[in-house]
This record gives sequence, C-alpha cells and structure tokens, in this order.
Amino acid sequence: MSNDAAFVEFQRVQKSYDGEVLVVKDLNLSLPKGEFLTMLGPSGSGKTTCLMMLAGFETATHGEIMLDGRPINNIPPHKRGIGMVFQNYALFPHMTVAENLSFPLEVRKMGKDQREEKVKRALDMVQMGAFGSRRPAQLSGGQQQRIALARALVFEPELVLMDEPLGALDKQLREHMQFEITRLAHELGITTVYVTHDQTEALTMSDRVAVFDDGRIQQLAPPDLLYEEPENSFVAQFIGENNTLEGVVKSIDGDSCVVTLDDGSEIDAKPVNVHNAGERTKVSIRPERVEFNKDRLHADAHTLKATVKEFIYMGDVFRFRLSVAGNDDFIIKTRNAPDAVKLHPGQEVEIGWLAQDCRALDA
Amino acid sequence: MTDASQNAGPMLAADGTPLKQSLARSLRRQKLRALLLIAPLLLFVLFSFIIPIASMLFRSVENGIVEKTLPLTVVALETWDEKSGELPDEAVYDAFVRDMIVAVSEKKHTRLGSRLNYEEPGISSLFRKTGRKIRKWDPEADAPFKEKLIDAEKGWGDVENWRVIKTHSRNVTPGYFLAAVDLRLTPDGVAAQPEEKQILVKLFGRTLFMSLIITGSCILLAYPVSYLLATLPMRVSNLLMILVLLPFWTSLLVRTSAWKVMLQQQGVINETLVWLGLVADDARLVIINNQIGTIVAMTHILLPFMILPMYSVMQTIPQSYTRAAKSMGATNWTTFWRIYFPQSIPGIGAGSILVFILAIGYYITPEIVGGTKGVFISNRIAYHISSSLNWGLAAALGTILLAVVMLLYWCYDKIVGIDNVKLG
Ligand SMILES: Nc1ncnc2c1ncn2[C@@H]1O[C@H](COP(=O)(O)OP(=O)(O)OP(=O)(O)O)[C@@H](O)[C@H]1O
Ligand SMILES: [Mg+2]
Repeated sequence: MSNDAAFVEFQRVQKSYDGEVLVVKDLNLSLPKGEFLTMLGPSGSGKTTCLMMLAGFETATHGEIMLDGRPINNIPPHKRGIGMVFQNYALFPHMTVAENLSFPLEVRKMGKDQREEKVKRALDMVQMGAFGSRRPAQLSGGQQQRIALARALVFEPELVLMDEPLGALDKQLREHMQFEITRLAHELGITTVYVTHDQTEALTMSDRVAVFDDGRIQQLAPPDLLYEEPENSFVAQFIGENNTLEGVVKSIDGDSCVVTLDDGSEIDAKPVNVHNAGERTKVSIRPERVEFNKDRLHADAHTLKATVKEFIYMGDVFRFRLSVAGNDDFIIKTRNAPDAVKLHPGQEVEIGWLAQDCRALDA
Repeated sequence: MTDASQNAGPMLAADGTPLKQSLARSLRRQKLRALLLIAPLLLFVLFSFIIPIASMLFRSVENGIVEKTLPLTVVALETWDEKSGELPDEAVYDAFVRDMIVAVSEKKHTRLGSRLNYEEPGISSLFRKTGRKIRKWDPEADAPFKEKLIDAEKGWGDVENWRVIKTHSRNVTPGYFLAAVDLRLTPDGVAAQPEEKQILVKLFGRTLFMSLIITGSCILLAYPVSYLLATLPMRVSNLLMILVLLPFWTSLLVRTSAWKVMLQQQGVINETLVWLGLVADDARLVIINNQIGTIVAMTHILLPFMILPMYSVMQTIPQSYTRAAKSMGATNWTTFWRIYFPQSIPGIGAGSILVFILAIGYYITPEIVGGTKGVFISNRIAYHISSSLNWGLAAALGTILLAVVMLLYWCYDKIVGIDNVKLG
C-alpha cells in the first residue's frame, strides 16, 4: 500500500472494452475515508467505467483496485458492500418503496423487526416517511431520487457510488438534493464517489474533484484550487468560464512571465506549464479577473486594446463580449454594483490584469 | 362555494356551444379520415372472416331442415302426445306421405335422413328405403296411409322414430352442442351418449391438457434463450435471433415431416439410441403417432411464439436493476429470482397466451405426427367438416373451443391483467 490512510485506491488501472481502445488510461487515485470525491468530465471520458470497476460490474484490464487495503479485483459485486445510486434510480418497479428499502436488509438475513426499524429510519432521513407503501411509479422524480438514496444508505455501506443521480431533475430540485446529499454524506461519515458532468454540482458538493478527460485524470484538487489554479488548459476551459489567448513566452522571471500574443501585443502572466522562453502557450484568464479600471493595475502592467462588441445584462452581473488581440469571444464580467461602469458596444477600452490571475498553460 | 355551483353546468366553448359538442364536431373529420383509411381492410375482414364465422356459428344451433322438408308433418305432430306411447293418428301419416313425395321429387329426403341419423342411428336408411317405395304413391287416391306405410316400412310402426322427428322438429336445436359434450337430446330429455361414442369430452380434455404441457415446455425452453438474446452483445444476439427465426422461413409441413423422420421407430433418434446401446433393437421407443410425438413437434413449432414476446419484455429490463440488486448484496440467484424474474413475467404471460391459444386450435401437426392418440379437437372438427359432413357438430365444437379460449383469456385478465402483457 502506498498510502496508509487510503480507503479506496486505484493503482495504475487501465480498462479496454474491445481490446483496441483504452477507455481508462493509467488511473491513479486514492481517497481517504469520509471524503466526498466527484468525478467530473465530458461525456465518454470514462467516469462510469471507473465507477463500474469499483462496484465490480466491470473488471480492470490492468492494475489493482484496493478497498480498505484489500485488493478487490476478485471479490464479486455483492460481497463488496458498496451502496450505489443510479442515474435512472433503478428502483424495483414491482416492489413498494418499503420493500425496495428492505431488500438489501433481507438479503443480509436481518430480522423483520430490525428491518422495519431501519427502513423507517432511512425513510425519515430523506423525509419520505409517509411514502413507504407506494410504488416507485407513483412518485415524482425527486421523490424517487430520495428513495434511491435511502436505499443505497439503508444497509450502512462505508462507500457509496453515485452515477449522475440528479441528471433528470429540474434546477431547483437539483440544488436542494445537492444539499441533502452532501449533508447526509457528512453526517453519516460515508466515503462517496460521485459522478457528474455538471461542474456547478461538482464544485459545490465535493471535497475534491477529479477532472476526467480522455481516460485520464487531468487534475485532482479541491474545488477552489480547481477553479483558481487549473493546471492545464483543458481544466481551465472545462471548469467555469474562461478566456484563452494564444502566444509565445517571451521571458520568464520567477513568478511571472511575459507572453507575446499572436498579433504582437504583450501581456503579463504566471508561468504554470511553461518553463522556457520561446515555448508556445495558451494563457487563461477568468472573466471576473479582467480589469478595465487602470487605477487598479500595477503602473508597469501590460494592457491590451479592446473593442466592446456586446453588452449582456444578467441581473447580478454585467457581461461584456470584447474583441481582444484577434479573439472575438473575450468575455469580461463585472458586478452590478452602484459604481459599476457600463460599457457600450463600439466603445474602445484598455484592459489588463494582475499577473497571478493570468495563467500560462500548455499549448 | 357559489362560484363552484355556478360552474357546475356544462363547459361552454367561446361561441356558446357546449364544449363537448364542439370538440366532437372538430374530431369528426379526423375520425372519418381514419375510417376511410381502414375501410378496405374492414370490408375484407367483414366479408371473408366475420360473416363466414358468424354463419358457421349459426349453424351450430340451426335446425331448419326438419321443418323445411316435412312442413305438414311438423304441424300435424304438434297435437300428438309423444309420451302416450301410441302411434300418431292417420292425419300425421297423411301429412308425412305428402311431405315425403315432395321431398323425394326434390331429392331432399336423404339429407333429412342423415341429419336425423346423428340423433337416432339407423333412421337414415329408413328414410332412403321409404323414399324408394312411396315415390309412385298418389296422395289423394292411395289414402289412408297409416297401415300402408307401416306395411311398406316397419320402422314407421315404431313410436320411437316419430318421437325423434317430433323432438328435433324445432328450428333451433341444442342438439349439436349436446353432442359436442357427449350428450344427446332424446325424446325423454337430455341423456348421455352411448359409451362407445363418448369421445369428444375426452378429446377436449386432452387438447387442453396437451396444450398446457406444450405451453409449459415452451416456457422452459424459451426462457434461457430469451434471456441470452436480451443480454448478449448485439452481434451475437442478432445471430441467435436468426437461428430462432429460421424455422419461420421453413414450411410448417416440412418442419412437421422432419419430426416424422426424427422420431419414427427407424428414425434418427431411435437409430442413434440403438447404436449407442441405450435402447435394445427390439424395444425401440414409440415416440411418434402418439401424444409424445405431438408434444415434441408442437413445442418446437410454437417455440418462436414464446421466445419473441419474452425477448421483447426482457430487453426492456434495464441492467441497472440487476446491478442495483447486486450492489445491495444479493447473490446472482437472489437477484434473478427476486428482481429479474418478476419483471419478466409479463413476457411469460404474453408468450403463454399466444402459444396456448395457437396450440389449442392446432391442426396440421397433430394430424401428421399425432396418430390416433395424439390428435386434438381441431382434427375432429376437420373430420366433421370434410368427411362426416356434420357441419352443425363441427360448428358447435368450434364455438365451444372459441368460448374456452375467451374464458381463459378472461381468467388471465383477472389474474395477471392483460395490461401486463407486452408483445413488444
Ligand atoms: N459496455 C461497453 N462496451 C464497449 N464500450 C463501452 C462500454 N461502456 C462504455 N464504453 C465506452 O467507453 C467509453 C467511456 O464510457 P463511460 O460510460 O465510462 O463514459 P462516461 O464518462 O460515463 O460518459 P457519460 O458522461 O456520457 O456518462 C465510451 O467511449 C464508451 O463508448
Ligand atoms: Mg456515464
């Protein structure tokens, strides 16, 4: 074991379905007990596959998966004791809600009284105590979701896997359920692996987020670091709104560097994935970190000329689309504050930023 | 409260007409169009199916022949008390001779003879012989007829024959239906058929019983195949599907005959068993021309009708159910029995109904491989239609078969619920 604290651990795991394409390439991941980890990534990036390998429904083509220090490659799914919540809830349609919940207890040969007691507690936990005698088809999507959650938790597993459990819910219910799930996970101290391709969900719920792309973890970090310090341009673009400018590193000076953009203008940036002058790079800057009030910048900061293309009113924020250094989709955001400056289409402005807010990443 | 009571009347559309009415009007055009589209099929089905079937069913109770052939006699017999044990009086004989002379000239008396023969064996020859003898009689000059007719044919001096005619002179008769369940209508009321003629109830029983066995063996054989079809990867399951459907592309007759080749005493199976030494040469298995032959061949032939509905139901059972069950700690068997199987029941139900109903009315296969012990009620119906020409009995048997199917269907609906049946 590489890490004594690890509860779940993937060691150099690879997976191929057809013997030709690796769907999961060299996955290394370890999470301690009680952590809420989210796998986030575009469709087809291998998230479900990872989850299914952990649950035992797919076998890893190569590598080792450890649960609580034991390799589980040869343990059948029903002996792994992992709770699961599926995207379509997978509530058994021919059983009532209470029977659904009591099923995992029955197969554990638990006595009737104890079963009823636990089912009741689980239903109360998701505020569905009055629905025990209904069939799943008689419940709304959100209610079914809660029952699915209760069913995954009722046999007190130490690890719970959830594959896009909120995918089918509307926005308001989603937000409510996000809160419920995190609350329960923390209260019960369960280790959770949660799959989603909704980044807000990932950022708001998780202790750490693993960003998947192309069968690899592109970055594994707590939400704030993921947003503020993306390690490569995929993560920068995938998480949140992001502006990208392309150019060549002119000079590096410790914690900051100067990048010459393709149209010849120069900007300040923080070197993250670049190490030498002359390398090509994509610089990434968040819309809310762009400044067009010169007073707030360093005196010697580089600035760029920009033309306002569009103004979008979004209530709490103003959103402007600018044309900057050949990029017509450069977005900036300002808060709708009493002193907010309103720019008008056609207006010319000078924009700049603090070097540490602009990250020079891989090309 | 007051608002609600004001709204209690019919809802009105914008122009003040009741909403229901204007909705009906707007839907009428649509309905007409739909009707036009199905009209050709409807007419075809009406003329080639519904009307013939209805007339067939009507035949099962229709009995106009006695009154049509012997109109005067039927009227004259009305005043005769058949329980008195005495022969009818001269008026009846007179009417009978007049009717017969007309019937003979129209050659209708033999048909009546065979009709009444179903009820009273021997009466058909009485009619034939009488016909030959009274052809030349003159209804006016040769009267009175009572003595004369009895002299000509002793049978007319037998009260029993007159009672048969009177009993069956009504236009509508339960006689065929009674015959279909091994009963008969005698002048003294409903009685059992003679022992040696009681075969139909047994045949019905055998048909139902063997259809049940066939349905059962189809379920057993089809379930694993359907499961494989529904769970294997697309490429493999398509191949398997072709194998399942292959029999559909072969003629039914060819398939049944193939079973003859397989099952006969000198057939493939027996030869193999003898060659392997499992069966002695002089004790070859009798597995054709009996019930085993019918069951084996029909199970094979009806299997696709079980597999297809099962497959289409199983295909809709998401894998996530079984995965969920296993993640909760259920073993493979528990998962199957508690989760998968209950959800596949609609498929079993649909397949069973289909196979059972097809089996119960099956004809060709039992005819070819069933011998005498393995035939079904439909073979008897065919016999009455094409050989004995007792269409009334055939129609009654058919009607009973139809009623049994409907009854089973109704029971099934009550127990399983027809909404739970999915054919795809
Ligand atoms: N049973 C399978 N057989 C063959 N290929 C598969 C199978 N399941 C998934 N794949 C392939 O593996 C890749 C990863 O699939 P996976 O379901 O893990 O993606 P995902 O990240 O969960 O995507 P999504 O967000 O759409 O659910 C995809 O390219 C998919 O086509
Ligand atoms: Mg997925």
